[in-house]
Amino acid sequence: MVLRGFRRFRLFFSYFKDLVGQEVTVELKNDLAITGTLHSVDQYLNIKLENTRVVDQDKYPHMLSVRNCFIRGSVVRYVQLPPDGVDVDLLHDAARREARGG
Amino acid sequence: MSWAAPDDIFFSTSLAAYLDKKILVLLRDGRKLMGLLRSFDQFGTFVLCFFLCCLLKFPEEVFCFCEANAVLEEAYERVIVGELYCDIPLGLYIIRGENVVLIGELDVEKEELPAQMVQVSEAEIKKAQKAEKEEMLLKGLMRKRMEFLDLD
Repeated sequence: MVLRGFRRFRLFFSYFKDLVGQEVTVELKNDLAITGTLHSVDQYLNIKLENTRVVDQDKYPHMLSVRNCFIRGSVVRYVQLPPDGVDVDLLHDAARREARGG
Repeated sequence: MSWAAPDDIFFSTSLAAYLDKKILVLLRDGRKLMGLLRSFDQFGTFVLCFFLCCLLKFPEEVFCFCEANAVLEEAYERVIVGELYCDIPLGLYIIRGENVVLIGELDVEKEELPAQMVQVSEAEIKKAQKAEKEEMLLKGLMRKRMEFLDLD
């Protein structure tokens, strides 16, 4: 069932929801990396950032005046999180529960 | 359908906050479109999907592809080659969401481009674009020829 397959997003959706307000760096599949405050995230893992700045500004001059942005979830490669923003044990447990299907 | 309030957590990635503002849209093929966001149907398919999921007895598994289709008015494409740039007017554009990489709200008080960038005509930018493409091709060719040296 296609619909069931997308259940896996749910764990990360609620996980990212807890990270709202923290500073993250989102690296896209086109190598563009953007740092900003996580404003919101939805169930497709679309991300909205505020006070953004591009990591390699010289390479992307057109991003100079972008302050807030919406990133489509399907183009995200990595999200770099603040070290203290990760509760590894909690994530472990949740991921295992999810893997067991309960 | 009313636009979702920006502080609503479930709908919070709504593009409603960018409506009627000047935005930059990065497309998957690397193009950069700019213009005024007049409309979008980010969650238009959501309602339908919710209904479908309830019908299939998966009310907790609401899922649909987020499209984020957008309508841009006074759209123009910004072509940047090195330190040259050109704005090519396009008119009204409807962008299909699957081609979107990023939608950025532009800060009107900030410079859009670094000061050293020079605006040139469409013909000139096309020429520069072509030259850049050929250079890249040549670079690739040279690299291929030198591959046996096992550089880097």
